Amino acid sequence: MPRSLWPWTAVLVLLAAMAAFPSLFTGADPDAADLEAVLRPPGAEHWLGTDQNGRDLYARIVYGARPSLLIGTGAVLLALVAGVAVGVAAAQLGRIADQVLSRSLDVILSVPGLLLVFLVVAVLGPGSGSAAVGLAVVSVPGFARVARAEVIRLRAAQYVEAAHGFGWSRAQVVARHVLPNAAGPFLALATVSLGAMIVASSSLSFVGLGPRPPTAEWGAMLADSREFLALAWWPGVFPGIAVTVAVLAVTLVGQHLNRRVERRLP
Amino acid sequence: MTAEDPLVAVRDLTVRFPVRRGEVEAVRGVSFRIGRGQIVAIVGESGSGKSVTARSLVGLAGEGAHVAATELAFDGIDLRAVRGRGWRAVRGRRVGFVLQDALGSLDPLRRVGAEVAEPLRAHGVVPAREVDAEVVRLLGEAGIPAPEGRARQYPHQLSGGLRQRALIASALAARPDLLIADEPTTALDATVQRQVLGLLRERVGHGTAVLLISHDLGVVAEIADHVYVMKDGLFVEDGPAARVLESPSHPYTRTLVGAALGRAARPRVTPGGSPREVLRAEGLVKEFTLPGRGAFTAVEDVSVTVRAGETLGVVGESGSGKTTLGRLLMGLLDPDAGRVLLDGRPWDGLRGHARRTARRGVQMIYQHPLSSFDPRYTARQILEEPLRAAGTAGRERAVRVARVLEHVGLSPAVLDRHARELSGGQRQRLAIARALAPEPQVIVCDEPVSALDASIQAQVLDVLADVQERLGVAYVFISHDLGVIRGLSHRVVVMKDGRVVESGETRRVLDHPAHPYTRALLDAVPRFAVRGRLRSRA
Repeated sequence: MPRSLWPWTAVLVLLAAMAAFPSLFTGADPDAADLEAVLRPPGAEHWLGTDQNGRDLYARIVYGARPSLLIGTGAVLLALVAGVAVGVAAAQLGRIADQVLSRSLDVILSVPGLLLVFLVVAVLGPGSGSAAVGLAVVSVPGFARVARAEVIRLRAAQYVEAAHGFGWSRAQVVARHVLPNAAGPFLALATVSLGAMIVASSSLSFVGLGPRPPTAEWGAMLADSREFLALAWWPGVFPGIAVTVAVLAVTLVGQHLNRRVERRLP
Repeated sequence: MTAEDPLVAVRDLTVRFPVRRGEVEAVRGVSFRIGRGQIVAIVGESGSGKSVTARSLVGLAGEGAHVAATELAFDGIDLRAVRGRGWRAVRGRRVGFVLQDALGSLDPLRRVGAEVAEPLRAHGVVPAREVDAEVVRLLGEAGIPAPEGRARQYPHQLSGGLRQRALIASALAARPDLLIADEPTTALDATVQRQVLGLLRERVGHGTAVLLISHDLGVVAEIADHVYVMKDGLFVEDGPAARVLESPSHPYTRTLVGAALGRAARPRVTPGGSPREVLRAEGLVKEFTLPGRGAFTAVEDVSVTVRAGETLGVVGESGSGKTTLGRLLMGLLDPDAGRVLLDGRPWDGLRGHARRTARRGVQMIYQHPLSSFDPRYTARQILEEPLRAAGTAGRERAVRVARVLEHVGLSPAVLDRHARELSGGQRQRLAIARALAPEPQVIVCDEPVSALDASIQAQVLDVLADVQERLGVAYVFISHDLGVIRGLSHRVVVMKDGRVVESGETRRVLDHPAHPYTRALLDAVPRFAVRGRLRSRA
């Protein structure tokens, strides 16, 4: 790994630790309102200041890491699993299944993404889980198309034909040879999507479709800060920096991992 | 050669490529000259640096290549001083370039005529309104029948031979003084190869010089005036083609000549097997539907039998249905009519698990071993895979892997390496070992040596013959190389357009061919004699 990526890797590790064990990073309660200390600027007592309810911003950013990152990660994982399943089915189960599945994906793609997410969240009710499902639904077509194309490409590979010659069943050949060799494009798409999904999940929270208050979440914190931006800059700037840094770290480290995978697979 | 005024003069050419640590010197100080109207050949095995040498003449040595020479001149132009756009005056107009892979060199989205017209327009060779007529004339000159119609087709609609001729037509369009042909006939069948060589020779009659890059000494013997033999980036020997090929002085040249002659001449026919039939095909028919163009019959009414421990050679040009026949025999394709019996049991009576189990009885060796291995696998995983598929237990697997390695003469040290880290010969041995692992009765070999260098071909054929003698496995040996077929097969079938036109004992068919097509195939093989005058068989 190049030296320039070390800080970003450290950031990723730090964010993961914050999401897993927030209490290690702060003793403060992220939801404890203190009406005596509303909109305090950054200082010794409150490192990053306080918000309009007097809650400690540093604690809220630390505790906000989990919902903020979990929705995006969950959405990517869901989309990856569902997309690969749909794509492999479309490629392997014959012409009719392919037509039905591929046209269904086209239908999803024809609806504007944000609208579809709103629809899913409206049906399931707002919350972290429905936000993740909604974002996954929108990203399934991308994964499914890549999966379908890769399976069709690799099906013609000689080593896949050779594997049939050894007596493996079709499912075994897909599991042993097709999917592992198709992993490169999936991983590339997954890392690219992960950054976009973190931004998208913050946007959902921003418009109030994410985890419900008072849960600390970076997008929701940004939304709260808008009304007081003229009085205090800190409740808007620090969650914004958190989102930006998280997305940059995920994208930069992800790109590096992709390049390594590509070099290994000729 | 007019030594005072050569068309190309190269002295002390070196080409270096940067690699992760340091540099690799691909060409290590070679000097050569090409006179006007002369055919000069550089021969050598893959990786010897011959392509890089030729590409340096048109500034295409490769990304990051560092080219140095004390002299690098083309018709008085110092090529060392040419940069960027300057090359465009040289490429195409003065030097034409033909690559081995015609499909990769022709733009798939452009009609053949447009491809040939491009150099004419780019260099303003003829007035714009005469371009179309010139294109048709060039295609006709390149030996393409009905050139008006062909000019309107796309590359994928042309056969390999026609594509190669179209590529040569486009390289010759601007009437270059030098034509660089990098393995121009390697991908072609004997009869087409002969036509392409004839075309090159005819151009030389018009004053074009040719730099021919080849690993095929038969081709070189057929048309070259002067030969340079290249090994590890150096010329080890050079001289008039007749002298070099008839009385080679360097040991490496002797190896090359010996391999080229030996592979055709050395018989490896094993004593043969029992009369027991292991594989039988009856009246096989296979059609493929082409999108929008109806059906294409790849295999039509083909019946063959393979006996235990013998080799059945299948000869024919590309597109004659050889590979489809191989896939039908393996049960990877179902025939539209007819049936295949393995050990008396027909494939079509088997479904699901029973069919998959039966498949282990017929294994396959491919032309390009590397693409038949999962790129993630080490040699050990490659060899273990068919055994895992058969449910062989761990300890037994290790024993069997060791045994097949020993059969093909590979050292156990290769087991932990990836196939791409092995040499071409080692890879094909690994492929043979893998095919042997499930203990099949028949191995279908689809052009197993045609992608290999001559000296390695001989080794691989030796391994195949040795394995057959020891284990009594039968081969279906698909090849367009009659020399290889003659040396290995007990019986031969000759295929043309999906049909068997002739079959029988190898010696009877190849020494006394009854069908005109078999005779045409035999006549097309380029040959050279070791003693006496260099000749090409007419």
